[in-house]
Amino acid sequence: MILELHVRNHPGALSHITGLFARRAFNLDAIFCVPERERDQSVIFLQVVDEPRLPQVEKQLARLYDVLSIRQRPDLGCEFFANLAAAASPVSTA
Amino acid sequence: MKLTGAIILRTLLERQGIRILSGMPGGANLPLYDALHESHIQHVLARHEQGAGFIAQGQARATGRAAVCLATSGPGATNLLTAIADARLDSIPLVAITGQVPQALIGTDAFQEVDTYGLTVPITKHNFLVRSARELLEVIPLAFEIAESGRPGPVVVDVPKDVLQASIEVSSWPVPGKGQPTPPCADAQIDELARQLHAAARPVLYIGGGAANTRAAASLRQLSQREDLPSVCTLMGLGVMNADAPLHMGMLGMHGLKGTNVLLNEADFIFAIGARFDDRATGKLAEFCPSATIAHVDIDPSEIGKNKKAHLALIGDAADVAERLASRMETKRRPEWRDRALELKRQYPLHAPADEPLHPVNVIRALAASLPGDSIVTTDVGQHQMWVAQAYPFSEPRTLQTSGGLGTMGFGLPAAIGAALAAPGRRGLCVSGDGSILMNVQELATLAEWNLPVKTVIFNNANLGLVRQQQQLFYGGRYSASRLDKAPDFAALARAFGIPACRIDRDTEDPLAALREALSGDGPCVVDLQIHETTNVYPMVPPGAANHQTITEPAYA
Repeated sequence: MILELHVRNHPGALSHITGLFARRAFNLDAIFCVPERERDQSVIFLQVVDEPRLPQVEKQLARLYDVLSIRQRPDLGCEFFANLAAAASPVSTA
Repeated sequence: MKLTGAIILRTLLERQGIRILSGMPGGANLPLYDALHESHIQHVLARHEQGAGFIAQGQARATGRAAVCLATSGPGATNLLTAIADARLDSIPLVAITGQVPQALIGTDAFQEVDTYGLTVPITKHNFLVRSARELLEVIPLAFEIAESGRPGPVVVDVPKDVLQASIEVSSWPVPGKGQPTPPCADAQIDELARQLHAAARPVLYIGGGAANTRAAASLRQLSQREDLPSVCTLMGLGVMNADAPLHMGMLGMHGLKGTNVLLNEADFIFAIGARFDDRATGKLAEFCPSATIAHVDIDPSEIGKNKKAHLALIGDAADVAERLASRMETKRRPEWRDRALELKRQYPLHAPADEPLHPVNVIRALAASLPGDSIVTTDVGQHQMWVAQAYPFSEPRTLQTSGGLGTMGFGLPAAIGAALAAPGRRGLCVSGDGSILMNVQELATLAEWNLPVKTVIFNNANLGLVRQQQQLFYGGRYSASRLDKAPDFAALARAFGIPACRIDRDTEDPLAALREALSGDGPCVVDLQIHETTNVYPMVPPGAANHQTITEPAYA
């Protein structure tokens, strides 16, 4: 499952969000983050495991002060991050 | 008018209504201390930053408002961490302001540099690294708003020295930050809760620290009486109900009375309010209230369903929900369920041998009998903490201050100092142990300096008692590192700090009278109370077991 978050953009925001996964023992498989608006916000896409604890993950993320909104993006398939990675590394090292 | 960051920070704290704060100066926060020299804010110099953190907690727990502590960079900040983590787990509003090395030196391993921001991410509700003097005008009010809004918690504001020294033009001041009200839950949800509660045959009210305020207490007491609704409290919820109320069953869980846990096991409806289904309260979760419908009221949506599935969930402020619920409940008599609760209380009383005046339960009852009902009791962590929770008849919210979530030894003495500063005119009692007291014993100097009415009673059994107890019961009597040999003479130690002290033991003629005598003066005192080395806290549910698998006093089972 991919989650879409809109967050305040400042140097600590990402460590609040990624740190939460480690300390609550959730899995985070992939992350993509870009500034938006006047660079005062960022949009973050997180690929997480669709497990029974997912609602708890979302609630924990939602209560972070820097997280302004959160929603599931079931329309973005698991190839979303693979495509991004492929686009960023067009040259094969093989 | 051009002002330095330090003057701006001090002025913002004054505008927040801060009258007393605790802390310790050092290189990185010296500009702030220089500004405080000219302020009407009283500064309490703790003797260790952890002490300052717990003094602030004592103030916050007594008043419900955010309190402030200060520390310098590096070790000052790391010494605060335990008090901050403790505030996080018990949802205590705290604003911790730490000095930081100048921004030009951040990341260079400068003297007394540590990544305070990074260290405090997982143990705060939110934290800030302030990057300019201008930012202080936004961050400081916001820190108070975050600390006090919704579910309270600690906020760290890390301020580099150059931010304190910079001068900027300030033309207007921001509105002081304060807790924002939580949106009320819908009437339909309250109606549904009322309907289900009213229809239940065997309901139990399960109260946590989130309901520990006078408004919630008044409504919950009314509800319990009108509905024949037995109540249980978590450690953090003690005092919300009157301990002497017939249908109040005291603390639930690991050291709850057997009858209390049995009643929960038989319940068909649990009304949980401001409680978080913590493992010390529930025991093995799968077997907690197995046949009950769970209604869960909490201000924090992430608590709903975190540990135990809720059949009915209400997000809101406990006092608001309790008041609205109480206003629409009609009287209901449940004679069978009421009799069952009363029978369980009679059947499984707290064990207190009449021929042993210095049994901890008897001592705690004697302490309670000689103090007014609004006295603030703090504890450290261990056996004495559980005996207080079991035996002290708390009858008002916020009269017990204890480290419930983190379980921090060393909490009690500085918290009692903070409580006494925040609630002048009320008596303070710190119940400690011979292990715990040494963890912040340096704060006896702070106590002596302020000459506060805090009585410290050390339950001295020459052991880390609760560790010893678990080694006896669950580790085959292999007492590994739990005996505290070469204990200091605590009375002599207290006198060395300038505090009157005495020792009470089995040879003391009328020990309980000696205890009352020690508590009677106006200033501080320390009592070294010798208790039996092998007295255990009973009942006890083994860690990981279900709450009905209670171990009781062997001779008494």
